[in-house]
Amino acid sequence: MAWQAPAVRAVAGPPRAAVTTWLGWAALAGALLWSYRGTAADIGAVLGPEGLAQMAAYGRRLFPPDLSAPLLREVAIGASETFAISFLGTLLAVLIAFGLVFFASANLAFAGLLFEMERPVVRGLRLLLYGTARGLLNLLRTVPELVWAILFVFMVGLGPFPGVLALGVHTAGVLGKLFAEVLENVDPRPIEALQGTGARRLQVLAYGILPQVLPHFVSYSLYRWEVNIRVAAIMGFVGAGGLGQRIHIAISLFLEHQLLTLVLAIYALVTAVDALSALLRRRLL
Amino acid sequence: MPPLTRPPVAVPFPGSRPSRFARVFALLFGLTAAASWWAARVDLPTLFSREAFRNALVFVADGFPPALSPTFLFFLIRPALETVQISLLGTAVALVIGFPLGILATASLAHAGPLHELDLSGRPVRRLLRFMPYGLSRALLSLFRSVPELVWALVFVRATGLGPFPGVLAIGVAYGGILGKVYSEIFEAVDPRPLEALQATGASRWGVFWYGMVPQAFPHLVSYTLYRWECAIRASAILGFVGAGGIGQQIEISMRMFNFGEVVTLIGLLVLMVAGTDALSLRLRRRVL
Repeated sequence: MAWQAPAVRAVAGPPRAAVTTWLGWAALAGALLWSYRGTAADIGAVLGPEGLAQMAAYGRRLFPPDLSAPLLREVAIGASETFAISFLGTLLAVLIAFGLVFFASANLAFAGLLFEMERPVVRGLRLLLYGTARGLLNLLRTVPELVWAILFVFMVGLGPFPGVLALGVHTAGVLGKLFAEVLENVDPRPIEALQGTGARRLQVLAYGILPQVLPHFVSYSLYRWEVNIRVAAIMGFVGAGGLGQRIHIAISLFLEHQLLTLVLAIYALVTAVDALSALLRRRLL
Repeated sequence: MPPLTRPPVAVPFPGSRPSRFARVFALLFGLTAAASWWAARVDLPTLFSREAFRNALVFVADGFPPALSPTFLFFLIRPALETVQISLLGTAVALVIGFPLGILATASLAHAGPLHELDLSGRPVRRLLRFMPYGLSRALLSLFRSVPELVWALVFVRATGLGPFPGVLAIGVAYGGILGKVYSEIFEAVDPRPLEALQATGASRWGVFWYGMVPQAFPHLVSYTLYRWECAIRASAILGFVGAGGIGQQIEISMRMFNFGEVVTLIGLLVLMVAGTDALSLRLRRRVL
């Protein structure tokens, strides 16, 4: 009669879990209420007749978009800067992450199969290197892009170049973490097989590990590019070039028709990059 | 972590000729990089100049030790809580926007696939009518998520005044667009067999949705929403830059006053908050999945 026990349990259900589940929902409701008060939220003011009228009025003021030649030229320059920031920023990030990640994944840096025969001292040094690489990636990742951008504007002056650096440095941290997770999940069997044939570590890397991880690296890099085109569009808010700079000006000076044109340009640019990235994903992977 | 799922790629042997696609791709890639180099006005000499180095040094020297006076730390409690509140309520608003739009934007519910075979074959007008809310909600979601949060925040600051509330709305709208799209993808990816079985019993489209789709999709919906909440913490810290409350506003103020010791403290605080959110959402996710 061994089969009865699970059946009975399934019907009765775990009562303790139910209580904690209810407590969880109650806690969530409480947290939302607390947030509603704390943020001085007033949904009524937004969705009430006055709020809706105000928003409709704002929407009407945006039209028609400003399509005069000088603005369009500005938009073209801004869009090309934004694209360049996202492209070079992501490229820089991939280079940095690729350089660091092999030190930042435990199974390639000090532990596991590849280092079974290592002397303790050497291993300790490797562990140190691993810790440094991890710490560096964490630092790069946790400082937000815009803060990096302010720092780089401070270092090299206004323009799109500090945007490239900021995006590259922050995204390097993100990609480094993602790449490291991929590396730590590689199938160890090809590595063992290669080691068994007497392959050196670099050969194991080239023929046992890279073939497994490169598709994931490419996929993550494309994903981050899609994120970064959006970020590059706002870099200008802190003086780091691109469409964001023009948007900031347009909003600050109440140039609503120009604002609409700029937002439409962002929309077009983001959509184009998404499509391009999807195309590359299909072709490359 | 799950094991890797993508098939491995072949590493080219030394001396093998690259394919035509590879050559065209490399050429276009190089051209794009060169054009971007020019458009972004990359200036390596400035980056490695002594002056840039000195400026960076100023920041590091001023940033350490970070500002840790009790008054400053006490003062930070409020903005930190505000950031959490913005992220929570913003995610809730995003859910309210994204869920219904996500349902409408699910092709297998709206107009395509086996659920509609009998209904729509040979009825172009009806098909078009079914397609319209689908197309409309897709367009709306794509608009919501293509305009960056920061721009939404500026618009809402204009509409409702400075403070955390425009931050809530900005996250709500921008993340609503993302959640709606991802929800629709999750709904479309469910196993269609239970749906067809339900339909065969005569269930309405709502019935098929609630009893066939939602139970399958629920863990993924929760998991992705939690992930977005983690992102919202980070985002709400940024939104303060345009006056939408939270610790971002403090970062902005301290930056403008070149008080880098405070900036380092604030970034440390942000790191702690993000780590806390990650840990909490990991626990919640384990319970659901």
